[in-house]
Parts: sequence; C-alpha cells; structure tokens
Amino acid sequence: MQNPYLPYPVRIDKIAVETEDKNLKTFTFSFLNPEDETRFAYKAGQFAELSVTGQGEIPIGIASSPTEKGFVMFTVNKVGRVSSFLHAMKPGDIMGIRGPMGNWYPWEKMQGKNVVIIGGGFAFTTLRSSIVYMLQPENRKNFGEIHVIYGARSPGMLLYREELAAWERRDDIHMHITVDATSDPNWKYNVGFVPAITEKKAPPAGNDTYAIVCGPPIMIKFTQPVLDRLGYAHGQIIMSLENRMKCGIGMCGRCNIGKEFVCKDGPVFTLEQLNKTPREY
Amino acid sequence: MKMITIPKKEWPAGLAKAAGSFRLFGPVKEKEFHSFKRLDNGQLPDFSFLNTRLSPKHLVYPQSEVMLTYSLDESRADHHIMKETAADTTPRAVLGIRPCDAKAFVLVRMNFDTPDYQDPYWLRAYESTTFVGLGCESPCSSCFCTTAGCGPFHEEGLDVLLADAGDHFLANVLTEKGAAWVAAGGWTQTADAKAGERLAAMRKAAEAKITSEVQTKNLNAAETTGLYNASFWEEVSFACINCGTCTYSCPTCWCFDIQDETRGKSGVRMRHWDSCMYPLFTLHGTGHNPRGTKLHRVRQRFMHKLKYFVDKYDRGIQCVGCGRCVRLCPVNIDIRRVCGMMNSLAASGEACAID
Repeated sequence: MQNPYLPYPVRIDKIAVETEDKNLKTFTFSFLNPEDETRFAYKAGQFAELSVTGQGEIPIGIASSPTEKGFVMFTVNKVGRVSSFLHAMKPGDIMGIRGPMGNWYPWEKMQGKNVVIIGGGFAFTTLRSSIVYMLQPENRKNFGEIHVIYGARSPGMLLYREELAAWERRDDIHMHITVDATSDPNWKYNVGFVPAITEKKAPPAGNDTYAIVCGPPIMIKFTQPVLDRLGYAHGQIIMSLENRMKCGIGMCGRCNIGKEFVCKDGPVFTLEQLNKTPREY
Repeated sequence: MKMITIPKKEWPAGLAKAAGSFRLFGPVKEKEFHSFKRLDNGQLPDFSFLNTRLSPKHLVYPQSEVMLTYSLDESRADHHIMKETAADTTPRAVLGIRPCDAKAFVLVRMNFDTPDYQDPYWLRAYESTTFVGLGCESPCSSCFCTTAGCGPFHEEGLDVLLADAGDHFLANVLTEKGAAWVAAGGWTQTADAKAGERLAAMRKAAEAKITSEVQTKNLNAAETTGLYNASFWEEVSFACINCGTCTYSCPTCWCFDIQDETRGKSGVRMRHWDSCMYPLFTLHGTGHNPRGTKLHRVRQRFMHKLKYFVDKYDRGIQCVGCGRCVRLCPVNIDIRRVCGMMNSLAASGEACAID
C-alpha cells in the first residue's frame, strides 16, 4: 500500500526573493531520489504539500511548469509557522514534498480555445506554470489567443518580473500588467485595479474563450461582475480556490465547500460549480 | 455462513484459547462507565452494558497516533527525511461491539479507502480486526438506529453477531474472518435448525423497542444551498458552546489534524482527532476563516452528516443512530430534531437554491 502521507525527500537548490517587501520567496527543489521526479508528474494548476521536517506542512501551488524538467519550484508567502521557518532555510537544506495534489486547469477542454488569465497579487504561481506550459512551442499551437491580466499593489510586488518582461516582448501572448499605484515615472504598463483593467482589456466572451481567475478574495469579488457584464458564461470562468488543508487527499475534513473537497475535488472549479455549493472559502 | 451455539460455560475457556491467535479487546467497566480496552490474560469482556460511553472508533483510529518519524541530527545520513513506522497488524478481535458502532466503521471506510488514495493507518488497523458484535436487546431511549440505516441486530460491518440466549450465545458467523475467530475459540457446536427463527424473533423484539427516529427521505433530493441557507441554523446553533463532545463521541466522525512533535533532535509526525466545532480547524494563515462563526460550524456538522455525505456516497446519512451526541451534548442539541427540520424544509420545497 502506497503511503500518501510520506513526502518525497527534496533538497533546496535555490532561493530567490521575489518582492520588494521580501515576504515572497521562490524555492527551487530537486528530488533526492531522481525517480521521485517521475512519480511527481503534475499538470499546471496542481499543488503540493511542502513538508518542513519538524514544523509541519503547507499546501502551495506548483509554480514550475510540467514542461520544465529537473526541478520543481514554489513561491511561498511568509505567513505562519511553517512558511516563516521555510523562509529562514538555506540552499542545501533537506525537506519533503508530497503530491502532486488536486485537479488542474481544464487543459483538455481548453484545447483550441482562447484563454484569458486574470491574476492578482501572489496568486500568480500556478498561473505562471500555466503560461510557461502554454508557451512551450509544441503546446502553443493548441491554444488560440492568450491574454494575461496580472496586477499587484506596486511594481516591486509583481512576481517573476524578468519573465513578465520577456513575455511582453513576444507576439503570441497579450500581456496586460497593472499595478494599483506607482510613483515610478518610468512605469510603462497599466495603472488600476485588476477588475478595471479586465473591463478594458479582456477579449470578448464567446464559446471559444475561457477565463482563469486566481487572486485574493477581494479581486475575485469585483472581477466576477465584470466578466458577467462582458458576457462570460459561468461554465467558462475557471477559478482556483484556497482553504486550510492538512492531508491534501480529501480525508482530514476541513477544506470542504459542500460535498467537494478543495484539496481533492478542486482546487480548480468553474464558477458554475461554485454557484451550486456553499461558499465556505 | 453458519450459526453456532457457544454455551456460556465454554466462553471463558474458548476466549483463553482464542487469545493465543488474537489480541482481544472488549468492554470493561471503569468507575461508572464501560469502555473498550485490551483485555488482560484471562479477563472477560463485561457485557452488562447498554453501550459504551465513547464509541470504540479509537481501536481502529486512535485519538493520537504516530504517522512518521524523523531525525534532525545532521550527522545522520537520513536527517530531515520522513520515515514510516512499523505497525502491529497481528490479528485482533473486538468482542461485544454494538451493531451501530460496527456499521460506523463501514461508513468511515468510505472516507479512508477511496479509489485515489488509501489511508494505510486506518486500513491496516481495520483489516487486521475481527468484529464480534453483540445484539442489542435493551436500547437506550435516545437510540434511533432503525431509521439511521442500522438496527440493534444489524450485521453490516460485523464478522460474527452474538445474541445472548440465556445460558448460551447464538453466534451468527458472517465472514471468513468470523469463522477463523470461532475456530480459534474451539467452539464447534452447530446451532439447531430453529436457531435462525429464534434470532429473528430476538431481532424483531429489539427493533420494536426503538421508538425514537430520524426522518431522512427528502434529504437527498433537496438543494444543498437551500438547506445551507435555511433560517433555522441561527436557532439550532444558538446554545452550542463548540465543545466538540459530539464529534469526539461520534463513531462516524473522522476529521483529523497533523502535527510535528520534536524532542531534541528527533521527532514524530502525529495525527490527532480534530473537530469541525473548533475555529482553528479552518482558520487561514491570513486570519480569514471560512467557518468563522459557531453557526457556520454547527451547520457544517449537520450538513456534512445529513446532506454532503448523503450526496457524495449515496449510502444514507453519516450517522448510525447510536444516540451518543444526543445523550452527551451539554446544551441538548439533538440531531434527530435537526434532521427533521432539514427533512421538512426539503419536503416543503423551500430548500431551493438561493444565492
């Protein structure tokens, strides 16, 4: 019997500070047993439990893409006991990863469709995974137009800034980066909240267009009416939820929204599904 | 499979023999209450109880158990790497478990044994256990098993069902595991041809004594969001003090927490029972809590047992009618009444989706 609670041992290879407040760091891991990387086969949108030995586990979205080999990457906000301890760890330290867990963005259904990614703050991690996945040369032809609307409080709070700049220079992805406010005179992108930029920049709704929305509750709350006004059907609005988790495999009982477990039946749901369930997230 | 007779005078010697190949557990009276314990050599299970105050779920699913171990000592090659622990999976027999508590394990198994994941701790404990049930002839006034998918002589989840027939037990051997236990006890006397009828009569008499009930038939068809938004949750949860007694005493509650406990350079990853009654159960790191009020938490308990579980598994409600939560709740919240309110609302058609 496979023990689903036993993490794969990993080594921290690299730690990068992502944001100007230093509260977000990106950790790159490699598996101590190379065959575990194959066992950890994942899809963009899934998450894993980072197991900091002696501290506990935290469920974190996978920020690397399945098309990137040899490592896995997670961007972690410093919030509680485990994430704070993790922020103080160093390259070379040993810990564990358990997963992959949950479902993924509906890549099968989105074949041949336009995709608009709407993200805010530090919820951009699995969205980065998704963008890297879609832009992979052999995958790019499987999707129509790709739009990315991504906002943060200030330029220094945007994740993956070098990659954002590189995507800006491409002609096969439409980037709409925005910040709530900035005093930087050289800021050449948008200023405004994500819902407002969505209203201006999102592609027209239609059977061929899916929106993936991932961000803080306040952003989701104000973005949904915008998508409604633009005519997006609720079955084509894809959302990724977060809840407190322990087991990550649908057993410990805390992350449910109605009969669905965010960890196992989600974290990805369509708005149509969420409309039928208690919104306990 | 077959029905045998175990004369009570052969019971102690048979148990002593069975103890050679099974670890025996049974109800033992401590102070004023019975509880399930490992029986010492020669100790007999005490069957003079209505039901144990706490359910025997801890026998398969301990309140605290070690899942993994680790060392933080960096001079060791395996430092910071989680390791599995050895488990004792030698055969055990639980003697005198009530049919409601045995059925509860069948329901809980739905959670721990899924197509995608199998919980090794729960499953290996469950699978190494033989359940020797004891038919319930004197139900409590708060028992409502017969309308909760169970009954005082219900056989689901049991390997042997014992019925107390005066100077002997009638033992209905239900599974291979049960047959192995009977063989280990050396009881071989096949019951006479009328034994089946006698057992059926005892069952009927016991069922007739259960007058308390739950109404559940409309729950499945009801809209989840309609029940969730029902106006009665305010009143239902008003007196609740979120003590968690209902969840800890419930044989079908399975929620747990996972924590690391370190002493010096070594430690264990533990699992502990947890409860949906507690605010910490769902508290986010940001301070946001999706079930931040006791109304949310009381509603979660009842909605989970009486609606989400019903919809998810199509196996009835997540309750066997043992009545413990009814008896032990310090503020008299009664699942039978709440279930009735949910069922009536569902029937009235008002439980339709409201956003």
